[in-house]
Amino acid sequence: MTTSTEPAQRGRLQRIDWEKVGLSLAAPVLAVVISVVISSIVLAVSGRDPFQAFNIMGTYGSASDAQVATLNKATTYFISGIAVAFGFRMNLFNIGTEGQYRLGALFAAYVGGAVNLPSFLEIPLVLLTAMLVGGLWASIAGVLKVKRGVSEVIATIMLNAIATSVVGLLLIPGRFAPTVSGTSNSIQTKDMAASSDFFTITTQGGELYGFVIVAVVLGIAFQLVLNRTRFGFDLRATGRSEAAAQASGVNVKRMVLTSMVVSGALAGLIGMPDLLTTTHHFGQTFQLNLGFIGIAVALLGRNTPVGIAIASLLYAFLDVTAVQLPLKGDFPQEIVQVMQGTIVICVVVAYELVRRYGLKRQQQKVGAQLAAQAAAAAKKEVAA
Amino acid sequence: MRRSVKLAAVVLSGSLGIASLAACGAKSTDNTTTSAGASGSSLKVGMAYDIGGRGDQSFNDSAARGLDKAKTSLGVQVNEAEAKQGESDADKEARLNSLVTAGFNPVIAVGFVYQSAVEKVAKANPNVKFAIIDSASDTQPSNVTSLTFSEQEGSFLAGVAAASKTKYKQVGFIGGVQTELIKKFEAGYRAGVQSVDPSIKVDVKYLTTPPDFTGFADPAKGKSAAQGMLDNKDDVIYTAAGSSGSGAIEAVATDTANKNAWAIGVDSDQASQPALSKYKDHILTSMVKNVDTAVYTFINSIKTGSPLTGVKNFDLKQGGVSLATTGGHIDDIKAKLDEATSKITSGATVVPTAPPAG
Repeated sequence: MTTSTEPAQRGRLQRIDWEKVGLSLAAPVLAVVISVVISSIVLAVSGRDPFQAFNIMGTYGSASDAQVATLNKATTYFISGIAVAFGFRMNLFNIGTEGQYRLGALFAAYVGGAVNLPSFLEIPLVLLTAMLVGGLWASIAGVLKVKRGVSEVIATIMLNAIATSVVGLLLIPGRFAPTVSGTSNSIQTKDMAASSDFFTITTQGGELYGFVIVAVVLGIAFQLVLNRTRFGFDLRATGRSEAAAQASGVNVKRMVLTSMVVSGALAGLIGMPDLLTTTHHFGQTFQLNLGFIGIAVALLGRNTPVGIAIASLLYAFLDVTAVQLPLKGDFPQEIVQVMQGTIVICVVVAYELVRRYGLKRQQQKVGAQLAAQAAAAAKKEVAA
Repeated sequence: MRRSVKLAAVVLSGSLGIASLAACGAKSTDNTTTSAGASGSSLKVGMAYDIGGRGDQSFNDSAARGLDKAKTSLGVQVNEAEAKQGESDADKEARLNSLVTAGFNPVIAVGFVYQSAVEKVAKANPNVKFAIIDSASDTQPSNVTSLTFSEQEGSFLAGVAAASKTKYKQVGFIGGVQTELIKKFEAGYRAGVQSVDPSIKVDVKYLTTPPDFTGFADPAKGKSAAQGMLDNKDDVIYTAAGSSGSGAIEAVATDTANKNAWAIGVDSDQASQPALSKYKDHILTSMVKNVDTAVYTFINSIKTGSPLTGVKNFDLKQGGVSLATTGGHIDDIKAKLDEATSKITSGATVVPTAPPAG
C-alpha cells in the first residue's frame, strides 16, 4: 500500500483499510466460533459428547465423496446466495427466491420433458425457462412496489405461499405430471429429455456438478456488473440512498423493477444444478428451502461473491456431514440447524459490534489527527 | 443495506429458530440408535425413516415397532436415521449409502420420498436387499422390495365408524400432504361415510401440498385445521397426517364447544401411544396401518432365507390395515363394521383409491 495525494485514490485506499478488513473477517469467524460453542453446550446438556459429534463431521467431511457432495451442494447454495445478494445490494429484500426457484424449476422440468432438442438448444431452453419464470414471478412484487408502494418483503413472502399452491395445483396427474400407475405414490413431471443432461466432472469422490463452473462465472459476472458498469453503480447508489440516487438522475423505480426481475431470474437458476444433473424431474422430493439458505449465505458472506462462496461451502459442509450424525453415534442431526441458526444470529450481532467498534476507531483517528494538526499549528504559532 | 440486513436477520433467525426448535421437540422421544445385536446374529438391518422419525406417534413409530420386534425376537442389529426437512435426494442417497457402507443389509426405507434414492443406491449395490414402504415403481431393480398397504380399505371402515357416530351429519378429513398416498385415505373414508348415509357431508382439508412435506410433521398445523372443522360443526375428524395428527387429536379432545367430538387416528393405534393416551376418551378408533408387521415380515423373510421380493401389498384381508378397538368406543357398531369388512374382503365392495375430482 502506498499513499497517494489524489482524493479519489485516497477514498479507495481508505476502503481497503487492513484493520477494517481484519475486523470484518473477525465477525463471521466469531459467529462460527460462538455457534460451535452454543451447539456444544446444547449437545453436552443433552448428555452427548460434542467433541465426538464434531469428530464424526470432520472425519466424514474429509472423505472425498463427502467433499464432492459438499461442492455440489455449495454450488446450489451459492447461486441462491447470489440471487438474494443482487437485491440486497440495492436494499431490496427479495425473500421470494424460495417461490421463484420452485416455480422456475417446475416449469423448466416441464419444458425439458415436453421438448427434445439437441443439447446445445435444450439446455439453454431449460435454463431460460427457469430464469423467465423466476423473473416474471419476482416482477409481480417489483410492480407492486413501484406502482403501489407495497413492501417487497410482504409481497414476496405472500408470493412464496402462492407459489407453493401454484405448484400444488400444477403438479397433479394430467397437468404437469403424467398419470401414474396404481401402485406408485410418488408424483413428478415427466423425466426430461436425455439431451438436457448437464456435464459432470468425474472425480475420485464421484460426479462433480458441471454447474460449479457456471456458479464461478456467475460470481465473476456479479462482481463485474456491480462494480464496473453504470448499471451496477446506479444499483449500489440506490441501495445507499434512494433520494440521493434520484437526485443524481437515477430512475429509481426502473432500478427497483429491474433488480427484482434480475434477482428472480437468478433465483430461477437455483434448482437447475440438481434438476439437470441428478433428479431430471420436478417431483415431491425436490429440495425445498434453498431460497432461505440463500438469504443466510448472502448475509454471512456480506453480499460479496467470495464471501458467499465461503458461506455456501460452510453451509454445505454442515448439511452434508449432518446426515452422518445419527448413523455414527447418538446425535440428532438437527444440531446442525441449531448451528446454522446461531451463525446467522451471531453474524449480524458481530457485524454490528464490529461496525460500532470501527466507527469508534475512526472517530479516535480523526480526533488524533485533528489534535496533531492543532498541535502543529500551535507549534508554528510559537515558532513564528 | 443495513436495514435489509437487520430485516433478513429477524426473518431468518425466526424461521430457522422455529424450525430447529420444532425439530428438537420431536426428538425428545428419540432414544435408540446403534445397539449391539444379541446372540451372535450377523443380520444387520438399516432403517431410514421419513420426516418425523421415531416419536411421531404414527407412521414412523409403527415401522420402528416392527424393527424393535425384530431386534428382540430375531436378534438383529439395527441402525437408524431419519430424514431432515428440506433435504435433497442426494442427502437421502448419502444416508442409504452410509448404511450400506457400514455393512447393513437389508436396508429399509420408510416412506415413498425415498423412491428415487432407493432405486439409485440399489442399482449400485445389487448384493444388498432394500425394502421401501408405501412405494413401488416399474423401474426399480429386483433387489428392491416394495411393502405397500391398502389404506383405502381401512379408511373405508373409519368412514363407516365416523358416519355411525356423527350427530351433526358432518365429518372431517385432514390430510397431511396432498399426495397420491393420502388421497387414498380420503377416497376410502369418503366412500365409507357415503355407504352408511350419502347425506353426510365430508369436509376435507390438506395441510400442505407437495413438495412441501411439513404437513406430516407439524402438530400446530393439524391443530388449527381441526379447530376450524370443529368450529364448523364437524364432530368426527379423521386425520392422516403423520405427527401433525397429534395436534388434531389434541384440538378435538380439548374442544370446549363440542365435548362429544371424536378423533380418528392413523397408522398406529394412537389411543395407546404414550404421548396421546391422555386423549384416549376422544379417540374413537385408529386406522392402523400395520407397517410393523410388514417390516417384521420382511426382516424375518431375509433371516429365514426366503426373502420377499417385488411388490408385497398388505390389505384388509391379510390384516395389513385394521381399526383399533382401544377404549371400546366402536364396540356398539361392531356388527356394522364386520359387515363392511366382509364385503371388502369378499370383493363385494371395491373401495376407490382416488377421491372424486373437484
